Amino acid sequence: MTDRQATDTVPPPDRTGPDPTASGRTEPGTSPHLELTGICKSFGHVQVLREVDLSVTRGETVCIVGPSGSGKSTLLRCVNMLAAPTSGTVKLNGLVLTDPRTDLNRARARIGMVFQSFNLFPHMSARRNITLPLRRVRHLSRAEAEERASALLDRVGLRQHDAKRPLQLSGGQQQRVAIARALAMQPEVMLFDEATSALDPEMVKEVLAVMRDLAQSGMTMLVVTHEMGFAREAADRVVFMDQGQVAEVGPAEQTLTQPRSERLQQFLSMVL
Amino acid sequence: MSAFISTFFSWSQIKGVLPSLFEQGLRNTLLISVLALVLGLVLGLVLAVLLISPRWWVRLPARIYVDVLRGLPAIVTVSLVGIGLPVAGVAIFGTSPFGYAVLAVGMISAAYIAEIFRSGIQSVPLGQTEAGRSLGMSHLLTLWVIVIPQGIRNILPALANQFIVAVKESALVYLLGLTAGERDLYFIASTWEAQTYNSSSFTAAALVYLCITIPLTYAVNWLDRRLRNGRSARPVPTELTAPAPVVGLPAAGPGSAGLAGEARIP
Repeated sequence: MTDRQATDTVPPPDRTGPDPTASGRTEPGTSPHLELTGICKSFGHVQVLREVDLSVTRGETVCIVGPSGSGKSTLLRCVNMLAAPTSGTVKLNGLVLTDPRTDLNRARARIGMVFQSFNLFPHMSARRNITLPLRRVRHLSRAEAEERASALLDRVGLRQHDAKRPLQLSGGQQQRVAIARALAMQPEVMLFDEATSALDPEMVKEVLAVMRDLAQSGMTMLVVTHEMGFAREAADRVVFMDQGQVAEVGPAEQTLTQPRSERLQQFLSMVL
Repeated sequence: MSAFISTFFSWSQIKGVLPSLFEQGLRNTLLISVLALVLGLVLGLVLAVLLISPRWWVRLPARIYVDVLRGLPAIVTVSLVGIGLPVAGVAIFGTSPFGYAVLAVGMISAAYIAEIFRSGIQSVPLGQTEAGRSLGMSHLLTLWVIVIPQGIRNILPALANQFIVAVKESALVYLLGLTAGERDLYFIASTWEAQTYNSSSFTAAALVYLCITIPLTYAVNWLDRRLRNGRSARPVPTELTAPAPVVGLPAAGPGSAGLAGEARIP
């Protein structure tokens, strides 16, 4: 039910893999890049996730929508094990993150995460927020780290603000630095946990623009969001979560315009 | 009234004892307190890191240490360590009581400093730890470069207070019967008093103690203000330089509620 093909009405794309000469977005591949199986998560007696299955193929953008308390964020945090699932398996490119023998620090370096409250390090400049993990986790030389930070600050349009501390930046700028920080690690997957929810409306756009570019560049993305417009345009698939379960999943446009389940219809009528 | 003044404020007595207070006492008091503080800071930091461990068997020994040493009167700890240890054959510092004095005051400081560090670490929002861990940084690296530099400024006043306590507690080495060259302020004053039956030497020692403790208080207040204001625009060359104010942090979202010390990230 989580397979793209199960609900996809358009003919399957070419399965020989992404065409390197094609302009624009990379076509999602077939093999699951990220695979969640039977994820359950309880906090004490409260069961937040019940047997969630979800797989994301390489280059695919999947948006997770749903009412608050439905377990969206918890599911995302299970992907990089910030919250360890009570049961179930998380697989990234064949690496089983839920295996206790897995080096989670190394695994997390391959997964970028962007938080609702940015979580930039307030005691460091924007540039240093980016170079610190490159130096301390990737062990890049100072020159390499600086070079990569410059390239990424350019990419999010903040090169001229690189010496500023997070508190001297607007919310939108802070979030763009946070995205740059995550991208600098050259992750295989990017997770976005309500990346625009804490922003003033006029700043939502600039952050969504960066995310849209990223999706088009072929990054594999799992995005928890309340921005239905973004989900429709930028996502390949939409997952609707309700009460700790995947209640509906399908191609973005179709799922959001012609929801099949009553619960998704209700939810959409309330948020749109 | 003149008896009162001549007992406490006899100028000739004060003048007589001051040279040895400054030449010997001040140096030894400072030496004992500074060495004890270094020990207290190092041991306190280790204890604090243990105290916030998600594993109970890591927390337990640290918790017992902190509770026991905070629960004992300083004079009992100094006696146990300074008088007890050498007699029991644990003569790590030989026969000189100086080392034991440093050890005892340092051990007491460590217990208080551990709790201060713990509260500082836990005053940093959990989102900071999560951000560090999500980038692949280990638990200890995240603590060292992300959490502690931010937490330290929240605890400066409490830490300064502990410095002052250590200076004052160093007087308890009196119990250990220091040898001639090792005598601290209080020991010298009390020896002088025993010879003259005049308390002015205590007054002189009191003044010298205040000369250490009061400037210390104000120095830390100044440092605290300096960290609160300004300096935030400059890039930070190393991880452990002054952190920017935490007060203006963006409101923590639902995913970032709680504090760093509560993190249970595997």
